[in-house]
Amino acid sequence: MTLTELVFLVLAVVATGSALLSMTSDQLVHSALWLVVTLGAVAGCFVLMTAELVAWVQVLVYVGSVVVLVIFALMLTRQTSSASAEVTGNRWIAAGLGVVAAIGLGATMIAGFRGERIEGRRIGTAGSIGDALFNDWVLPFEILSGVLLAALIGAIVISRSGADR
Amino acid sequence: MPLLYPLLLSSALFGIGLYGVLARRNAVLMLLGVELMLNAVNLNLVAFDAWFADRLHTGQVLTMFTITLAAAEIGLGLAIVLALFRALRTVDVDEVGR
Repeated sequence: MTLTELVFLVLAVVATGSALLSMTSDQLVHSALWLVVTLGAVAGCFVLMTAELVAWVQVLVYVGSVVVLVIFALMLTRQTSSASAEVTGNRWIAAGLGVVAAIGLGATMIAGFRGERIEGRRIGTAGSIGDALFNDWVLPFEILSGVLLAALIGAIVISRSGADR
Repeated sequence: MPLLYPLLLSSALFGIGLYGVLARRNAVLMLLGVELMLNAVNLNLVAFDAWFADRLHTGQVLTMFTITLAAAEIGLGLAIVLALFRALRTVDVDEVGR
């Protein structure tokens, strides 16, 4: 087992454990903070799979802005009367479905890709990804900027509409 | 590195995210579960890109697009949750459903 595989396995354990803690924690803010650990560990996995630009984008966008947004929303929607349980009554059905989904996906992956190896021949540096993005993927990139603008305007409209009343 | 490591990790993260979406009562934390599921998909895309190693870097470019869409989704979702909170004074999905 190489060092890369060892580090990947450690990161995988950290990501899975913190994701479990994030989804089961009773403290709302703790959930968001555990998600930071998960997303950071996944960013580390990206680096190990030679996708360094994607890893930095993950850190900037997810850890930097999405989690901050979520923590803001958690604090803005803090309820005065705290709910007794943070999970619904049918949590066991949900847990069963989650386990079934994970096992089903995992079994499919094992059946399809057992024995394949990642060689890391093409490293996803900012240069190479930028080349691909602005030479071959320009049209989806531009459409996506339109989608982002529409989502931004939509978010402003939705959060404004109740304020006048 | 075996291709199965990232694929199995992403399966586990997807299952945990699915549990979070279905079991959490707080609407904001439901959105966190969706983010976790999207991250599992990103992991899959990057793993297959590193395995397939095509000239266009399809998987990694698509991962960037997914991250952007996830940011748009969480922005809109939190705006809806805030509007819900303003209207009903709760973000508990069980109470909202009643």
